[in-house]
Amino acid sequence: MRRTSQYRTLPGNDVPVVLSRDGAHGPVVHSLNNAALARGIRADSRVVDVQAIHPDLHVETADTEGDRALILRLVHWARRWCPWTVQDVDHGLILDVTGAAHLFGGEAALLRDMYQRFALQGLTARLALAPTRGAAQALARYGTAHTICTSGDVAAALAPLPVIALRLDPQAARLLNRLGLKTIGDLAHVPRTALMRRFASTAADHNPLILLDRALGQAPDPLNAPPDHRRFMARSRLPEPVVDPVPHLKGLITDLCDTLAQAELGARQLRFTIYRIDGECRTIRFATARASRDPAHILRLFDGKLDTLDPGFGFDLLTLEATVTEPVSLIQDSLNGKRDPSGDVAGLLDRLTARLGPDKVTWSAWIETHKPERVEGRISALRGAPTAPPTLTRERPLRILDPAEEVRVIYAVPEGPPSQFRWRRVVYQTLRHAGPERIAPEWWMDRPGTRLRDYYKVEVQGGRRFWLYREGVVQDGRGDEPRWFLHGFFA
Amino acid sequence: MENDSSYGQVIRLPRRAQSQPRDVGVLASRAALSDVIATRPTDPAATGFVLSLLTQADGPILWVQDYRSRRENGHLYTPSLQAFGIDQAVLKVAVSHPRDVLWAMEEGAACAGLSAVVGEIHGGPAALDFTATKRLVMRADATGVPLYLIRSGDCGGLSAARMRWRVATLPSRPHPHDARSPGQPQWDVDLFRARGHPPGRWVVHYDPSADRAADRLRLVSRISDRAVDAPDQPIPNLTGK
Repeated sequence: MRRTSQYRTLPGNDVPVVLSRDGAHGPVVHSLNNAALARGIRADSRVVDVQAIHPDLHVETADTEGDRALILRLVHWARRWCPWTVQDVDHGLILDVTGAAHLFGGEAALLRDMYQRFALQGLTARLALAPTRGAAQALARYGTAHTICTSGDVAAALAPLPVIALRLDPQAARLLNRLGLKTIGDLAHVPRTALMRRFASTAADHNPLILLDRALGQAPDPLNAPPDHRRFMARSRLPEPVVDPVPHLKGLITDLCDTLAQAELGARQLRFTIYRIDGECRTIRFATARASRDPAHILRLFDGKLDTLDPGFGFDLLTLEATVTEPVSLIQDSLNGKRDPSGDVAGLLDRLTARLGPDKVTWSAWIETHKPERVEGRISALRGAPTAPPTLTRERPLRILDPAEEVRVIYAVPEGPPSQFRWRRVVYQTLRHAGPERIAPEWWMDRPGTRLRDYYKVEVQGGRRFWLYREGVVQDGRGDEPRWFLHGFFA
Repeated sequence: MENDSSYGQVIRLPRRAQSQPRDVGVLASRAALSDVIATRPTDPAATGFVLSLLTQADGPILWVQDYRSRRENGHLYTPSLQAFGIDQAVLKVAVSHPRDVLWAMEEGAACAGLSAVVGEIHGGPAALDFTATKRLVMRADATGVPLYLIRSGDCGGLSAARMRWRVATLPSRPHPHDARSPGQPQWDVDLFRARGHPPGRWVVHYDPSADRAADRLRLVSRISDRAVDAPDQPIPNLTGK
């Protein structure tokens, strides 16, 4: 199986495309399309060599992480055909369709259905159906497309395939080739004792004799399918459509929390859906800072959320699903009877975020920069944890205006801050000042032409202390006369 | 002190005892809800005063601002909290409506894991009435989390706060090394309503070297109950009061 759509606009089938991954000596070919294959390019050759031979080659970086995640999702998706599915090495799926094929109208129809459904997702599948796992994977990779082989003719179907199809390691395959045993049929005709003696020290997973026995069904090769994803969902079906979900919430939450408690899990993300009688559904999502299965806590997350839910003419089905779960263990209260305050704070974060939104409830995230307004970034309270701020080396104002507001200079002095200026329609007179502190533009980040800033701490009549800065200096070649801005207030 | 009643009787009220300024800081850091009213708009003295009342504790500080106070008075610049000896994390909540500030403060007041809750509301909106402050006080009484409400652009209507302050900036103290530079900040604080403490008015400066809350705020009585013509502080009245 090979991912065909790595491109926003797909290149034609006649354009050779390879995906590259990092190898020991530079990028190597990870996988390639049919046009590249026809040009004689092989996987694991170096990209620079291939590009030298084929200058018109399209090279893209392979997303191996994404492929792995996709395969894992496909493993569970493939359970639409049979209950036992498992990932084969690299990019393959093994499905145990024993007793399931008749549900899809026979084995040929099953394969056709699989091929079509993979094609709908943009995936080209090479399929084979055989009584054993080893035979099926060998036929899928090296046999003709859509082979269906019954238990009687496994040996005959495998006989023309190369020995590497048994998934030998390359050394063993090379050795067998050197001995003249090029196909599985050749290997099967060799006396077993001779092979056993030759490969006595080889591990079972690479031993040609054992692999051959497994492929022919003479040795057991069970499938160890990973367990299904468990869905935690509580639903309540109503006999009559209603418009107010509140009376049903409590039962729904209690049901969900009970199932979560049995699995010793807690919900990190929740999805509440109402199914309206006109066929539409409305969804509310929640997130929690810590895995929780406390019904009272989850119920409080609904505060103020239901007002935005449009019930239309009523709904007759409600579901509450825990979309993301995490293990949670109950924390014992301390012996002196006090409760663990960190749990309280996590609950508070949930309630605040559920009502106000994740971008409104934030911790500070620190950025290493000289610009005072950039130092403090914000990170959503549910996603991050608080970190200690950088140590202050210079005095900084208590409050900061973002963006800084321009002041009108009434009476400028050549050195230092203006002795009279107007800000928000009030004239201020400078009595005392400290500074300047020069903050240069950050050339690696700022746009070219950004001017430096000279900051002054200015005390005006009445005692208020402002943080003023002049943007640029006279004749720095970056604009007109420097302007003055008010950036913050000292205590 | 004499008072003429409407019936022409003269009632002699007992002379007020001198207030104990050292206690005020401790009292204020334990009060359920303190109203801190900035007498002039964009005056950060109220913020500075609240920060100097906060004590060292484990839990984070919840800091809630409405849109107008963000717009008028700017953001709290969290790194400068170190200057007030505060190393707790600050959970900032930025909401648009004062109603949400009060709601978030109420939620915070119910959470014993917080070390303090500070709310900022600008303009004295209708949502900030006696009932709202009473709710806050009752919530805070139950958990013991100190609440501070910074009100700016607001003459200070009815409030159930345990302590109500008016705070304004005074000219800073002289800089020890440079006469032309501003020095340590000084504030004029006016405790005009308090439960369990007589009202008073002080000149305050923050002393970062002291580690106890009682000592960090240096309060100098500004108006005593003695004769008016014998002021104990030669500080001009700059607050316009």
